Amino acid sequence: MSTELPAEAETSSVEPPPAPTRRTFIATTTAAGGVAVVGGLVAGPPALAVEEAVADEVPPGSRVSLTVNGVRHTVTIDNRTSLLDLLREHLDLTGSKKGCNAGACGACTVLVDGRRVNSCLTLAVRLEGAEVTTIEGLAKGGQLHPLQQAFIEQDAFQCGFCTSGQIVSGVGCIQEGHTGSRAEIREWMSGNLCRCGCYVKIERAVEQAAAGRKG
Amino acid sequence: MHPFTYAKAADMREALNAGWRGGRYVAGGTTLVDLMRETVERPDVLVDISSLPLREVVVTGRGGLRIGALVRMAEAAAHPKVRVLYPVISEALELSASAQLRNMATIGGNIMQRTRCTYFRDVTAACNKREPGSGCAALHGYNRSHAILGTSDHCVATHPSDVAVAFAALEATVHVLGPDGERRIAFADFLLRPGSTPNREQALRKGELITAVEIPAHARPLKSGYLKVRDRQSYEFALTSAAVALHVSGGVIREAKVAAGGVGTVPWKLPAVERHLIGERPSDRLWAEAAEHAADGARPLTHNGFKPELLKRTVERQLRTVGGTK
Repeated sequence: MSTELPAEAETSSVEPPPAPTRRTFIATTTAAGGVAVVGGLVAGPPALAVEEAVADEVPPGSRVSLTVNGVRHTVTIDNRTSLLDLLREHLDLTGSKKGCNAGACGACTVLVDGRRVNSCLTLAVRLEGAEVTTIEGLAKGGQLHPLQQAFIEQDAFQCGFCTSGQIVSGVGCIQEGHTGSRAEIREWMSGNLCRCGCYVKIERAVEQAAAGRKG
Repeated sequence: MHPFTYAKAADMREALNAGWRGGRYVAGGTTLVDLMRETVERPDVLVDISSLPLREVVVTGRGGLRIGALVRMAEAAAHPKVRVLYPVISEALELSASAQLRNMATIGGNIMQRTRCTYFRDVTAACNKREPGSGCAALHGYNRSHAILGTSDHCVATHPSDVAVAFAALEATVHVLGPDGERRIAFADFLLRPGSTPNREQALRKGELITAVEIPAHARPLKSGYLKVRDRQSYEFALTSAAVALHVSGGVIREAKVAAGGVGTVPWKLPAVERHLIGERPSDRLWAEAAEHAADGARPLTHNGFKPELLKRTVERQLRTVGGTK
């Protein structure tokens, strides 16, 4: 897996730690002690509502360091940020797709510490020290991952939206050893939906890559 | 999603302190994060318990099992001791959710998971579980997937877990730790029927944390298994399900542990079915006769009138699968 790649030291703060402005000071105090503090900072009642709204714009955040496709990132994020949104909106890795955003379709599947998971249900703030592999991290040295190659050879997609999730999930499925039969592949790939209905070819692609790995 | 502060507990004490102060424990997060996004859940503080030392599977006594609360579903299902001693647990786990979700979700979180009732998940709908006193939109709404057993006029939501059905059948114990120390709660008492307080779902006190689920040692040899009936073949919640464990000795059924899923507001133990089996010799007729009791007391709703019959057939088939025929 690409997580074996040597980490290139890179520190990117996608949302630079905000300067200590009045706005962030208010947000911090609000998070810690409630809005009563805010009232003391402003002149009169009309401004209070404005300040509360401003405070709401800067909700509690955290700093987290994680490795994505071999590259170390340190980011400061809103605690609500999912791993999927961190990848897509902050790190510009848009290969992982947002389908249902509820853990029901598998389009967002990535590997975290080698295990396939739904990145939409993973809070990024919880991933301190984690190793994440996305579809962008599977190819090595200009060579597609065997499962990516198998998807092309088996023509295992039409619209392509679910494909990155299918491939990463397939990599997990093969690593787990659940490729003993087509029925087994079908069951263990059931967390990835394909609206185009390419299931038969997806099964074949996973089977092909698994066979290649054994041989 | 509402804003929340986040803290990772370094040890049990830190976790319990945060829990006592109102922090919400998060393990796998597969239910909680989903419901937070829908604003059904709105915790102010998340306490990440994933670093706590609750990841062991231990064989106890003569073939009992203690499964740590933070053992992931995938890990518990694949564990050699679980597979050998209690296949019903492995099967229930592997028929749950998807491979991705099973890699995230934990045993403790699984039995804490909340209902999939669509009205519960829709913050614009009446739901006594989410908003006590607001009513139950499911009672006279679309209720095909809802419960037929253990319901009340206040709530008819089904408990969604599969492995909890196996735990109920096997008469498991939930170990919890709280400000007042350790407690053990019989599984039958852990999950609460809705009654007039459907918002209360578990017999946990403030700040208590699940540390393990323990399966007692049952008489051996024990055969067990789980059958799940659903609208699609995989990655779907149960319409009906059956967890069955049988101890047969000298050609006679000495112990029978049976529970049903997809039909109750909590995993539904079937003592009448168990009583009918004990002391009898396995036969197709026996399975059918015993399963006739599976839906005793059922109260079907507008759209799930098929469930009592489907439940009986599910239980009969799983009795035959586990017990064989002579």
